[in-house]
Amino acid sequence: MTYTQLSVIGIVVVVVLDMLVFRTRLLGRRVFWVAYAIIVFFQLITNGILTGLAIVRYDGSAIIGSSTPLEQPPPFFGDGRIAYAPVEDLMFGFALVALTLILWVWWGRRDVQRTPYSGPPVQRMQGVLGYQPADDKP
Amino acid sequence: MRRADDALSSDEIEAVGHFAYLGVLVFTLIGTAWLEVFLRARVYTKLLRLTLTVLPVVVVFVIWDLYAISAGHWTFDPQRTTGVVFAGGLPLDEVLFFVVIPIAAILTLEAVRSMKRWQVGDEPTQACVDGVRIDDSGDLR
Repeated sequence: MTYTQLSVIGIVVVVVLDMLVFRTRLLGRRVFWVAYAIIVFFQLITNGILTGLAIVRYDGSAIIGSSTPLEQPPPFFGDGRIAYAPVEDLMFGFALVALTLILWVWWGRRDVQRTPYSGPPVQRMQGVLGYQPADDKP
Repeated sequence: MRRADDALSSDEIEAVGHFAYLGVLVFTLIGTAWLEVFLRARVYTKLLRLTLTVLPVVVVFVIWDLYAISAGHWTFDPQRTTGVVFAGGLPLDEVLFFVVIPIAAILTLEAVRSMKRWQVGDEPTQACVDGVRIDDSGDLR
């Protein structure tokens, strides 16, 4: 199988795990998508370093785009790449992050170190971060 | 053996180059550590839950990685990785990736919960209203 096929399967598997196996329903929650938006931004930077510097090199027969060239960096955008990395890496990363967070929530539901919950942010950071205490919410 | 086109051509810089991949992982760990401290993510204090989460992820993705390496999907620059390679051609750097990225992901999720009190799914059902946790009995004050 190609990396393209495997990464699509990876996404299907984590969706099935979330909805039917672990029943965490994490992919339907805003907390997941806000966290993922932050994660994917930094993934594009760190993975851009790993792929742009050709620390990890890809074979063109396994991905939508071409092989990582030997003498120059791969395209920043285009030829199946986003921020130097094959688009497959975004799907791979999504599967990695989603599986992790599904398991994390699942263990919490089973009462493995469920509490204390995270937060609130430390007092002196609350203003900087724009933190609103729960009491102020409608 | 250096590549002829390598801009980082001195021996000193080449030695540092072996830590390029590792450096990205250290950057990720340092860059997310403040979430534990200042947003009180409480991830590193839940070591059992963290281990039980990360371990299966490492197993699954190491298997994927070993298949990808054997099928030739990707290769690693031996000049920019530590040089510690496990059976099947799996670099230590790559295994650590599957530990560090999950930790960073969990820290981010818990940081968002810290800020917003949004329902994550591990709360008792009656603790949340409209997707926000209103019952603070599980909170540490």
